[in-house]
Amino acid sequence: MNLLQSLALDDPTVQTVTAGTALIGAVGGFVGTFAVIRRRSLEGDAVSHAALPGVAIAFCLGSRLPIGLQIGGAIAGWFALMTVNGLSRRSVLPFDAVLGGVLAVFFGIGLATMRAIQQYVPGAANHGLERYLFGQAATMRMDDLHAIAGFGLIAVVTLMLLWKQVKLVSFDPAYATVQGIPTRFIDGVLAALVVGAVVVGLQAVGVVLMSALLVAPAVAARQWTNRLGPLSILAAGIGAIAGMAGTLLSTALSDETRSVSTGPTIVLCVTSIVVASILFSPRSGLLSQVFRRKVLPT
Amino acid sequence: MIPAWVTPAHETTAVMVAVGAACAVPGVFLVLRKMVLIADAMSHVLLLGIVLAYLLANDATSAWLYVGATASGVLTVALVEMLQRTKRLKEDAAISLVFPALFSIGVILSTLYLRNTHLDADRVLLGSVELAFLDRFTIQGIDCGPRSFVVLSICFLGMLAFAIAFYKELKLSTFDAGLATTLGFAPAILHYALMTSVSLTTVAAFDAVGPVLVLAFFAVPPLAARLLTNRLSRMLIFSVAFAIIGAIGGTQLAFQLDLNIAGTVAGVLGVMFAFVWVLAPERGQIANVWREYQQRRRFRETMLAMHLHRHEGTLSEPEESLAAGLHLHLNWTEAETAATVERAIRHNLIARSGEFLRLTETGRNRVAEMLNTLP
Repeated sequence: MNLLQSLALDDPTVQTVTAGTALIGAVGGFVGTFAVIRRRSLEGDAVSHAALPGVAIAFCLGSRLPIGLQIGGAIAGWFALMTVNGLSRRSVLPFDAVLGGVLAVFFGIGLATMRAIQQYVPGAANHGLERYLFGQAATMRMDDLHAIAGFGLIAVVTLMLLWKQVKLVSFDPAYATVQGIPTRFIDGVLAALVVGAVVVGLQAVGVVLMSALLVAPAVAARQWTNRLGPLSILAAGIGAIAGMAGTLLSTALSDETRSVSTGPTIVLCVTSIVVASILFSPRSGLLSQVFRRKVLPT
Repeated sequence: MIPAWVTPAHETTAVMVAVGAACAVPGVFLVLRKMVLIADAMSHVLLLGIVLAYLLANDATSAWLYVGATASGVLTVALVEMLQRTKRLKEDAAISLVFPALFSIGVILSTLYLRNTHLDADRVLLGSVELAFLDRFTIQGIDCGPRSFVVLSICFLGMLAFAIAFYKELKLSTFDAGLATTLGFAPAILHYALMTSVSLTTVAAFDAVGPVLVLAFFAVPPLAARLLTNRLSRMLIFSVAFAIIGAIGGTQLAFQLDLNIAGTVAGVLGVMFAFVWVLAPERGQIANVWREYQQRRRFRETMLAMHLHRHEGTLSEPEESLAAGLHLHLNWTEAETAATVERAIRHNLIARSGEFLRLTETGRNRVAEMLNTLP
């Protein structure tokens, strides 16, 4: 029972952090669904790495509040996404290489800027820029929760208003264009939501692992349903459960002598759900396929 | 062995140059085969491989570290390909699923067990070329330079030898995998040979630049080289040269401003790419704009010649070839028309005869050429 006691559910800090990571998981899963079905899973990866220089430059410009740093990160992430699209659309360069190159260059610039800040700005170490790199869920406060919940609300309302258009653009962009739906505008809206989800999640799980929170819940949910509405809701639920479970697990496993990082634990939780879904889902699971083959030989 | 005038700064620069050169060669094939992101996933997972190998061998300089880590990189590729074959998810989702998971295990293990060794998460994630010169490579007591420099140089030479020895095979399987298979070139073996060498290079570069920035070295120099040439051999040479220049420039800048070296070099590579993107002689943005401008002007001259040709020998010829009212017939502005007439005369497509314009032999040829291209 040591494990349950160490969960410390009555501790307000743990409550805040757990609620925060659950919210991040839900928002990431919900927004990520649309990236996954449009086969743009890697966009989140590019955005999250590219957000780093934005955060660092926002800090240089004098912003000390998380919200200011997040806006900086969002601008840089958006800029990186536009660069990737511009470079690959108008040249012989392959999309994946451009994405990888842009991601690494932005990350490198961010890293160099962050080191410069630590060197030249006195007291910068206290502002926890490092946590945008690796994520530090334990530093989340009520303000952060409000920001995440606010963004989640914006995402839900936006997608509900544009539901029909988003659905058509996701599954048949050519037909959507013929029908007079502003495809590029919808593309932009979805990209903006990905950027937003990445930057609100950054401080909890860090730039390297944020992309997993966008992709994994949707992939897991995809094994259970074929309908877009239930898919996005299920993905949000899976994300929330993974966020909560990961935080509680890492709190339970950590003690004075060692600390298990929260971000990676959340990622492992959500990946376990994916593996379980691929194996066990009744409709398309690998196990049920083996079973069907045995029972109904063709 | 090492001359006395070599300072740690020189050695650090040399290590970065070796990283750039060693990554640029396999990078060309990664870019052309559209496998950069698999390399990205692989480099992240190497963290797990290195940590596991370290925990097993318990020695940070052991050769087993290299073997174990390289194997884990190749394993990632196999895992991603296996997931794709289940048809449950697309390649992009498979990549963004496998690598964060294995990377997370690596981070957790390294924060738990390696907190105070030189393999802790910060250094492993970001690399530390700044300290590379401390780790010497010695043969029988003779100092041969920083370990990473020696290893990366061997890596570069090995990659170069591989690319030269299997140039034909690599070229064919990169550009036409189907034909390569039909001719019995075994693209699968080449694929895994390439993946193994990418994994090996990443492991060797890992200490210096870490798993994220190594991607800049794999992707950016070949991308810039791709804008400058269409030939594989030149692309290889250009991207190595580009990487070396970027490594030297970036390291110097980082020393001047006291910045993180690997990050600065990645930034400098990005800026250099931007210059190539704008200035490349054929594919650059300026060249594109200039070419479009030239084409527009040439097209107007051709249209003028076509107009004269169409009315040549007809009753309306005097009216249609009168220089003064030409803009009304062509439906251009007066200034445009005057400029086009001037250029066409200068290019010897048309000539003035009094107030009228008439086609020259060159102009007639241009018209014939144009009419021949029409269906």
